[in-house]
Amino acid sequence: MTSLTDFLAMGGYGFYVWGAYLVTAAAVVLEVVTVRSRLRNARRVAEDSSEP
Amino acid sequence: MSPINWFRFASPASFFPLAGKLVPWFAVAAALLAAVGLYLGLIVAPTDAQQGESYRIIFIHVPAAWMSMFIYVVMAFWSAVALALNTRLAGMMVQALAPTGALLTFVALWTGSLWGRPAWGTYWAWDARMTSELILLFLYLGYLALRSAIADSRRADRAGAVLVLVGVINIPIIYFSVRWWNTLHQGATVSLTAAPKMAAIMLTAMAIMAIAAWFYAIAVTLLRVQAIILEREKHTAWAGELAEAR
Repeated sequence: MTSLTDFLAMGGYGFYVWGAYLVTAAAVVLEVVTVRSRLRNARRVAEDSSEP
Repeated sequence: MSPINWFRFASPASFFPLAGKLVPWFAVAAALLAAVGLYLGLIVAPTDAQQGESYRIIFIHVPAAWMSMFIYVVMAFWSAVALALNTRLAGMMVQALAPTGALLTFVALWTGSLWGRPAWGTYWAWDARMTSELILLFLYLGYLALRSAIADSRRADRAGAVLVLVGVINIPIIYFSVRWWNTLHQGATVSLTAAPKMAAIMLTAMAIMAIAAWFYAIAVTLLRVQAIILEREKHTAWAGELAEAR
């Protein structure tokens, strides 16, 4: 499939373009995962430590 | 029909469920807009006559750079509220915004570096725009480090608010740096006073990505402020009830 190869090559700038996009995507995924687990953790602690 | 009392939401206990209701809407909107923006930016938009395909970094670089500055301004606003009115939620908002601001500042620097290499032949230069954006990253990290060094969260709110307000001077420096100094970084591509210097489809894709970044920042900040509310109010009865109610 030549068009996909061309797309990934980005006219010779693939390293720069995909280097930018992939690190951004990884950063976003990492942030979402950490924030969600932080909230889950905070819910558990609040349930346990609040006075009845 | 009684009018909504907006000040009610200034209390963490009533803001928590509101934030929880808003998160999915902003998250879904951000994901849909990002999908459209990426499709337009990576597939529909044509190759740039001067820069070839390398210009496509613009669709994440510019939105991330805008948000890195905008989030800091919002933090400065909430810091002023925190100092003036001494409300708990204002300090929590500043605390919730900082990691996302730091992350988007990093993304702006990283993507700019990868764009700079093909465009200017270098990953980094100590020009005014890049240096002031790097200082912005240090301000975010400094705020987070200062907070983590102070055990009492209300004192951390006040100390952090002062740091954020002092650092806000850096925002006009970043914004106007390309005009005030002779920088390697190019001038503004889009401005309120002049016609944009790019093709309509490229501009549309960039605008959609900018709105997606904005909604993303709102969604992830609201999620984080929920966690912060529970962490800081965990000994109260209402925090326990909120934690159980989904």
